[in-house]
Amino acid sequence: MSVSKRSVQLVAWLVVLIFTFVSLACNGGGAGTGAGGSVSLQGAGATFPNPLYQKWLSEYGKLHPNMKIDYQSIGSGGGIKQLKEQTVDFGASDAPMKDEDLKSAPGEIVHVPTVLGAVVITYNLEGISQTLRFSPEVIADIFLGKIKKWNDPKIAADNAGVTLPAKDITVVHRSDGSGTSAVFTDYLSKVSSEWKEKVGTGTSPSWPTGLGGKGNEGVTGQIKSTPDTIGYIELAYAVQNKLPVAQIKNASGSFVTPSIDTVTAAASASAANTPEDLRVSITNAAGAQAYPISSYTYILVYKNQKDAAKGKALVDFLWWGIHDGENFAKELQYAPLPADIVKRAEAKISSVTANGAALR
Amino acid sequence: MSAVSEKFATYSTWRRVLSPTGNTGDAVFRILMLLVALLMVGIVLAKMIALSADSVLSIRQFGFGFLTSQHWDPINGKFGALPFIYGTVASSLIALLISVPFSLGIAIFLVEQAPHYIAKPVGFLVELLAAIPSVVYGLWGIFVLGPFMRQYIQPALASWLGWLPLFRGTITGIGLLTGGLILAIMVTPIISAVVRDVLASVPGSQREAALALGATKWEMIRVVLVNGAPGIAGAVILGLGRALGETMAVTMVIGNRPEISLSVFEPSYTIASAIANEFTEATGDLYLSSLVELGLILFLVTFIVNGIARVLVWNVTRQTGGVGRAA
Repeated sequence: MSVSKRSVQLVAWLVVLIFTFVSLACNGGGAGTGAGGSVSLQGAGATFPNPLYQKWLSEYGKLHPNMKIDYQSIGSGGGIKQLKEQTVDFGASDAPMKDEDLKSAPGEIVHVPTVLGAVVITYNLEGISQTLRFSPEVIADIFLGKIKKWNDPKIAADNAGVTLPAKDITVVHRSDGSGTSAVFTDYLSKVSSEWKEKVGTGTSPSWPTGLGGKGNEGVTGQIKSTPDTIGYIELAYAVQNKLPVAQIKNASGSFVTPSIDTVTAAASASAANTPEDLRVSITNAAGAQAYPISSYTYILVYKNQKDAAKGKALVDFLWWGIHDGENFAKELQYAPLPADIVKRAEAKISSVTANGAALR
Repeated sequence: MSAVSEKFATYSTWRRVLSPTGNTGDAVFRILMLLVALLMVGIVLAKMIALSADSVLSIRQFGFGFLTSQHWDPINGKFGALPFIYGTVASSLIALLISVPFSLGIAIFLVEQAPHYIAKPVGFLVELLAAIPSVVYGLWGIFVLGPFMRQYIQPALASWLGWLPLFRGTITGIGLLTGGLILAIMVTPIISAVVRDVLASVPGSQREAALALGATKWEMIRVVLVNGAPGIAGAVILGLGRALGETMAVTMVIGNRPEISLSVFEPSYTIASAIANEFTEATGDLYLSSLVELGLILFLVTFIVNGIARVLVWNVTRQTGGVGRAA
């Protein structure tokens, strides 16, 4: 009995000691960073560019040790919500904000494109080593549930020389609300009037057919473990996991393999009709090399910053991001902005002010 | 009576309520425990109020139709909860159908039949299963259980029981049945651990009496089971609670499709999975409000199911007068 009592006391003392240590350590750290006019920024939003933004934060932190920037990948919807409630200094979203969202925000919001991403079609067909090719209307019909068999003449028409099996197609889509789904349905709405009418564009569409997987990893898992499946995932995820990706016929009629270069090509091709505020969908872009299911991802900031010091820090960070930061994009499988869009993004960043005074 | 003595009277009544023994330490302890207990009630009430307040918009918009509509289309602003309610209840029922016989078997073996050197490690392993994070179950579900179901279990079910609409449809390995099965695996350790403790608490004299009257070992076990019935029912309720609210593991293998289908091979969707999947990217007040109302419905479904189970337990207890309290 006395032994167990003693051991309980010992544990209690240990707990007290550890707590004291931890709290002392925290205080010490806090005092260190508090000195020397440091600035801390909070950001939240899209999950898709999160690996790149985390890289940016760590690289930028090395250059500017007195800056503390945090980014939480809570999803585009959450990012926009928090920006509107002004609980974060910048938001991030894959799709540009809608007009009604911009109107209901407490101030004018600037869209700064950072990088580009793409959505690819991947599949699991046993015994087929060739890369499959798809026309836009075929993809729409498969995801509408109208093309049910792999050896459907419509699929075969684009894939001469491939012996397609006479098996049922199982469609796999994202079950969680996602910018990836938004880009993909935006593309399908552009290429199929039936899709636009029946399903539409959104982060959580009501899918006419198929199984739902949670996240890129859920969709990939179901595709890998189930034969005769087809689904869509992010380009970066497909490259990292070495999944088969289909070539897709673009608006100019050429079949394009998704890659960093063809995604940047899509942005260049649509630069001419990109509006002044840079809010644009670049799916189904024309141009021989343009991959049709591409999209920008944005950082969202208020045009008029309340706090000049914070505003300056934010503007400097964004400026660094679209110049030096772009160098980290390719290794993480994001497509960097084309040069003309960088110029236009510069103008957007320069337009940010603090109480009427320019910050850059 | 003077004011002073009146004051003293109320004071002493309070004293007596707080501490019948008249000891100050007891009184303090009693108040502390009362506060802790009230905190639980407070948390439940606060959740209820918060969920109701945030779902007002959706309740106003759809009214009772929210519960009966089968359409869930965030793009066009149509929200109906019926497929989610069905998926939640159906997957949990499948889980219990599979899990309860197994759990009873495990518990009976560990308490009544296994020698000590087997009962201890096996009991430990079963409890260890309860500690595995649900996302691990989910990944295992996608990569191991799903393909296994597709290759062996579902074709066998389809060929033997295919005349039932329950076992028709495309075989993908993902769907309501697989979701129910993974839930069964997750709740089995909980149910069997509680049932084991319940059976162990049945007095040895009951067993001795049964055996002394000439009962076989099987008949003796039946006596023990009847005695432990209320506790066993409690264990099942506990497992059911876990199954109703489970999120990650189910969402990986259930197919996440808000549709009601007769076949257990077809994909389905549960309330908890829907909230986890769609909450992060839900924009628009009505969409958010509908998701919160789904949460409120899950709360109520859990309440109702627990209530029904309680009534069942109560009836069983009255009939048998057994030992072991419902958990």
